[in-house]
Amino acid sequence: MKHVITPLDLSVEEINDILALAKDIMKHPEQYAHACEGKKLATCFYEPSTRTRLSFEAAMLNLGGKTLGFHSADSSSASKGESVADTIRIISCYADICAMRHPKEGAPYVASLYSRIPVINAGDGGHNHPTQTLTDLLTISERKGRLDNLTIGLCGDLKFGRTVHSLINAMVRYPNIRFVLISPDELRIPAYLREETLDAKNIPYKEVSKLEDVMPELDILYMTRVQKERFFNEEDYIRLKDSFILTPKKLENAKKDMYILHPLPRVNEISVEVDKDPRASYFEQAQYGVYARMALILTLLEQNKKEG
Amino acid sequence: MLNIGGLHEGVVIDHIVAGHAMDIYEYLELGKLDCCVAIIKNASSKKMGRKDIIKIEGPFALDLDTLAVLDPNITVNIIRDNVIVEKRKLRLPEKVTNILRCKNPRCITSIEQELPHVFLLTNPEKSTYRCAYCDEEYKGQN
Repeated sequence: MKHVITPLDLSVEEINDILALAKDIMKHPEQYAHACEGKKLATCFYEPSTRTRLSFEAAMLNLGGKTLGFHSADSSSASKGESVADTIRIISCYADICAMRHPKEGAPYVASLYSRIPVINAGDGGHNHPTQTLTDLLTISERKGRLDNLTIGLCGDLKFGRTVHSLINAMVRYPNIRFVLISPDELRIPAYLREETLDAKNIPYKEVSKLEDVMPELDILYMTRVQKERFFNEEDYIRLKDSFILTPKKLENAKKDMYILHPLPRVNEISVEVDKDPRASYFEQAQYGVYARMALILTLLEQNKKEG
Repeated sequence: MLNIGGLHEGVVIDHIVAGHAMDIYEYLELGKLDCCVAIIKNASSKKMGRKDIIKIEGPFALDLDTLAVLDPNITVNIIRDNVIVEKRKLRLPEKVTNILRCKNPRCITSIEQELPHVFLLTNPEKSTYRCAYCDEEYKGQN
């Protein structure tokens, strides 16, 4: 049975098929309005997440299916000490597919080992979030018309940002990808990602600490939040934070077709004035997230049906 | 060196970091064997200064490759008719279960005690093992 726990659980071919399906859903939503009729999606959220949960629920409802689930560990049997393995065994009796978010890393993987229905990781701690990656890929593909031959700028917290790590791992599988990594020294990408992914695959990249210097090179700018608590002291934070805030002024040197992505929620790292810029794609990105999840749910359910 | 006596048939686990012979003894559950087992502690070694050695008498069928995970310096000699018939090169196993423990406080194994601790060999050249659940790199016992 196919589960999607990390973005790399999907081959490039599978990702391309899912993105093609998502685009078809986008064009002909009415054709898919009953595709999952009679099917149920369980949203097992051990920690609150408005955006991801609602996106999954909207996706299933758009497909004509139904949803059930819980929205925090307190409202599940986890509060009584039930293991993830036991919970998913029970959920397997009630639903046809499960989206699981858990604060502990690896919990959805554990669920996949014991589940009789496909499990989708909807975020496990700071670890993986494959449907965000699918969303990011769909957004890039829609905006740029391709997933190869791109210079991708990743800006902000590159050390702890799981969306950044997943996106790097997913994009290095496409030809002629170059990364520009923009962050304070304290928040550079982890050494293992640099060594085991970028260096090992000879992917060109450079690490810089000023957004303005590299702006003209970028085809995509992926912004993330720089959190105050990640810094050793407040002085460093105050000194550095403005370097990682996107403003219309900083966009002056950017290409006309350089699109700005952000996994959201945004705090102050993108000035609200940028929202009016036609290159700002982060709100559409959230919409693409629903289509990406619809395509993934449909693909996994179809595959499960074929396997009988 | 203290003379323990020759070994007619059996296994010599050599080059154990001094002071760790009992860890290997416990891990291999040698206490459950009926045969003769000798533990030599703090033997002098040109390579290591001091080392521990374990000699086990008799035919011995255990997966010794996992010893390489616990201590990459370890060498294993197989003895038959008083001669070394094989200097076994230990190969790092692709997967080890309940040998290494994940110390990542964010890992699911930190709250679900009954889960086996599974590690996968992700970089054989650097002997890197990562937790199968959270991808945390194993960085030694201490």
